[in-house]
Amino acid sequence: MGWLMVLASGALFGFGLALATMIRPEVVLSFLRFQDFGLLLVLGGAVVVTFLAYRFGPRLLARPLFGASFGKHPSELNRNTIVGAAIFGVGWGISGVCPGPAIAGLGAGQWELLIAVAAMLAGAWVHGRLAGGK
Amino acid sequence: MEALFPLGVGHYLAGGLIIGLGVSLLFLTTGLIGGMSTVFTSTWSFVSRLPFFSQPRFVDSRAWRLVYAAGLVLGAAAWFLLAGHDDGYRVSIPWWQLAVGGFVAGFGARMSNGCTSGHGICGMGSLQLPSMLAVLTFLATAMVTARLVLMFGGR
Repeated sequence: MGWLMVLASGALFGFGLALATMIRPEVVLSFLRFQDFGLLLVLGGAVVVTFLAYRFGPRLLARPLFGASFGKHPSELNRNTIVGAAIFGVGWGISGVCPGPAIAGLGAGQWELLIAVAAMLAGAWVHGRLAGGK
Repeated sequence: MEALFPLGVGHYLAGGLIIGLGVSLLFLTTGLIGGMSTVFTSTWSFVSRLPFFSQPRFVDSRAWRLVYAAGLVLGAAAWFLLAGHDDGYRVSIPWWQLAVGGFVAGFGARMSNGCTSGHGICGMGSLQLPSMLAVLTFLATAMVTARLVLMFGGR
């Protein structure tokens, strides 16, 4: 049941990305160039719903419906987080593509995004190679 | 309004709320935190023997992350079929922008341990200061870069 939930959650995510036209790099680039502020609504809407679930879920439920415990993924304030974010932004600004939309766009037949997905895999490999055992 | 949102607001807002519902459903049913960039690292653990990719946090999560990614593809396919958006849209961004930008974004997202979903949605949704700073940082560099790309003949 847990696996089905992972799949269903991903499907909602992908449907939302497609509906919000975030899977179209042209729309993302027009946002980054101040021609259309729609992506602020996408991010704002997603953050508000997620905030409510993250905050009140663990208070209302002893544990996840089909899982052992509520996970945490604390982000750290260090050089890698900020420098990595700056580098990510450069790549996002060049391509108009970030990890989720690159994958989701394939489902809407945007096979051109296979280039971006392959390139992201390559970038992640080089990062892992350089980061070593850390 | 039209100056700020030339394509309207409804689909943006609805899309954002549905994205949030997806991340929330994942958390409430499984307890998992659903950022997307990690799948690009964890998937390498299937084929690479490098110690970095063999870390438990990647090996233990690689299966559900791939299922989650498959869900993204299915969800976008459902939108494509249901909404009847067979409008002949094709990605018009040149291949070199997708390749170079994708590589740099993949590297940076993994170095930062998060992207627009990991830091942007999950990190900000749990009010984490480092994620908020990461979001401000990548928004700034992306806005500058997107402008420079135009100057250098990109789209």
